[in-house]
This record gives sequence, C-alpha cells and structure tokens, in this order.
Amino acid sequence: MASRLLWASKAASYLKISTFNRGFASVVKDLKYAESHEWVKVKGNSATVGITDHAQDHLGDVVYVELPEVGATVTQGSSFGAVESVKATSDINSPVSGKVVEVNEELSSSPGLVNGSPYENGWIIKVEISDTNEVSSLMDCEQYSKFCEEEDNH
Amino acid sequence: MATRQVARAGPPLMNIVKMKGVPILQQLEVEECLLRTSSENWCIINDGTDKPNIVMGISGKPAELVEIRPVLEDKIPVIRRFTGGGTVIVDHGTIFVSFICNKDDVADVQPYPRPIMSWSSLLYSQVFQGIADFRLRENDYVFGHRKFGGNAQSITKNRWIHHTSFLWDYEARNMSYLKLPKRAPEYRLARDHLDFICPMKDYLSRSDFITRTIDAAESHFSVESTEFEAVKPPSNMKFTPTSRLLTNQELEAAGNTSI
Repeated sequence: MASRLLWASKAASYLKISTFNRGFASVVKDLKYAESHEWVKVKGNSATVGITDHAQDHLGDVVYVELPEVGATVTQGSSFGAVESVKATSDINSPVSGKVVEVNEELSSSPGLVNGSPYENGWIIKVEISDTNEVSSLMDCEQYSKFCEEEDNH
Repeated sequence: MATRQVARAGPPLMNIVKMKGVPILQQLEVEECLLRTSSENWCIINDGTDKPNIVMGISGKPAELVEIRPVLEDKIPVIRRFTGGGTVIVDHGTIFVSFICNKDDVADVQPYPRPIMSWSSLLYSQVFQGIADFRLRENDYVFGHRKFGGNAQSITKNRWIHHTSFLWDYEARNMSYLKLPKRAPEYRLARDHLDFICPMKDYLSRSDFITRTIDAAESHFSVESTEFEAVKPPSNMKFTPTSRLLTNQELEAAGNTSI
C-alpha cells in the first residue's frame, strides 16, 4: 500500500497532476478552468481545450463527440460542440473566444479518450485566441478544485 | 430579470403544455427551442403523435439501427433528434412527456445524466405508486423486466431537458423496422423487441397517466397550464433546430453500407 502511494505521488508529480483524497477528480497545474468544467492550455495566442476529469467522471462513458468545423468561431462561455454519454448530449462550452484551428479527429473513432485521457489525448479543439485578457477570468487549478468540491457537496 | 433576484416564496413555476397528435418532429423542434431560448420551466405532454416515425438519438447510424429496405418501401420517416440515447418507433400509441428545467430550480439535482435520471424516476414512482412494479432500470422505465418508457436528455450550461416516450400501446409490426442495437442494456439479454417491451395500457388509461403525471409535477413545482399555440416558435425567431428528417438519399446510402 505504501509503495503504491509512493509510486502514485511520484507519477503525479512527473505529470504535474494534483491528486487529492480518493473521490476527488484530478486537475493539472498550469491549466485554466471554466465553471462549466472545461480546461484550457494557453501558449501565447494558441489554446487547447478539453473537458476536465470531474466532468468526464460525472458524465459517464462518452460514446460520441460532436466537433465543430475548423474555422468556426467560438465565444467564451458559449457552446461549440457536445458529448454524448448515457442517454444525454451535454454541451461543451469554450473557455476562450477565437477561431477553431484544429479539432481532435481521433475522437470520432475513439470518443472514450475523453474519459481515459481528459487532459492529454482527449483534447477536443485548438483555438487561435482573439482576446487573451479573457483568460484572467478563468480559475487556476486550486480554485477549480475548491469549486468542484463545493459543487459536489451542495 | 429583476424578479429572479427576489427571494422566491414557494416552489418554482412550471408551465404545463398538453397537446394531442402533434407531429414528433414539430414537438422536438419546440422542445429544443424552449431549452435554448426560454428561461422558464416546461412540462410538455403530447398524447400520441400523428403517424409512425422512427426517432434516433444524436449519434444514431441508420445502417446499424434501422431495417432500411422496409423503411424505404413503406415510407417511414426517420428522424435524428437533438438528445442522446437510442432508437424508438413512435405513433398514436406513444405518449410523450418532457421536462425542461433551469438547473437552479431543481437545485438538489446535479446537472448530469445520472442525477437527472434518478430525479425523473422519483417523480414517476409517484405516478405509478399503487399501480405497478415501476422501476428505473439502466436508464429505462420498466414494469418488472419489461420496458415501457425510454429516456433521453440534453444538458446545456444552465438548463436541461429530460424527455420520455411511453409505450401506452404499440403495433407489433412496427417493431420489425428496428434492429437489435449494438448498445443495448444488459437486462435486455438479447430479447427481441416484443419480448422486451410491454404496453402501459395494461395498467392505466391515457388520461389517468397524464393526470397522475401532472399531479406528480405539482409536488415539485407550482404548475400553470399553457396552450401549445403560445409556445410555438414565431416565424421570425432566429433559432435553427438540430433535429431533422433524414433524406431518402441518406437512407439509401446507409442501406448500401448496411452490415
């Protein structure tokens, strides 16, 4: 048990994943988070967007991802696509405004990547950001973790 | 906007819309419009639709779900709807009940598929109390081990819809238009349609079911009746529904790739 925990914490440190007590979803440092449970990785004017571990855990097995067209405009807080899980379609909302420059085509054949690798291989779109100031309105990983904890305890 | 900032006395308001025989595509368009453009809560009840239609979920592939040749020969419309979930064939024997809610007005229900599904099963437990062995089983409503109601949802940032097609009665021959789906609930156990489903008419009348459903809604909300004409989107509304009828060309192409 102790060696498993040691391995887990070393792996978490390497991957820059914060793992909290069992029952809490993982978050990644250096990403920003929206209240609607999307994450964004910002590098200059480029952004990569996906849904969080908290979201995929609550949604269940994703069986389909509706992707936007490359070139589509996205607006912070507005829906750009959807995931299907259980019997539901759930909107995916963009944490940033801009233009879609790439979509993760792998999700068409492997929608489960959203569950299995929400922060890595399960990324959904890449965006050329139109207003980098918008990023400051998003939560950091600690704020987002607290937000999720409060939401689940509500 | 100002009224929503005042502390509300009493349960949230829900508008009940009762209709009969409205075409299912029109019902779906109205529902999606209300979900995306309204800020109120709605319960839509459609007592039977006008003619048989096949309705698939958002990701449904006709080649996998539908017997293409007989559907084309018999000119059965095939619709892809805006919510998730499986494939049904609906007609005048189907009763539709849809709840469209602000997540904040059902605040003890997290806006995710499973909590919403659980909430719905509690509501329908009230409807069928003392009448039948009702249960939610793997996202279906069942009496015993037979399905009589299928569910689907769509969840946006602040609102959600949970809608159900209830088999009050059905024509056995219509079920032959549907294939056994790849994604079927475990409790189905590879039963064909007629061994898997059961009609609600064996348990209660259409009017009793509708009355009991409205009564159950009243225990959660303050209900008011609204006419269907009042909720139809105006012609100048800039909203494009995503539910649509598949074309014959699309069905024929699916038939050519059918496994």
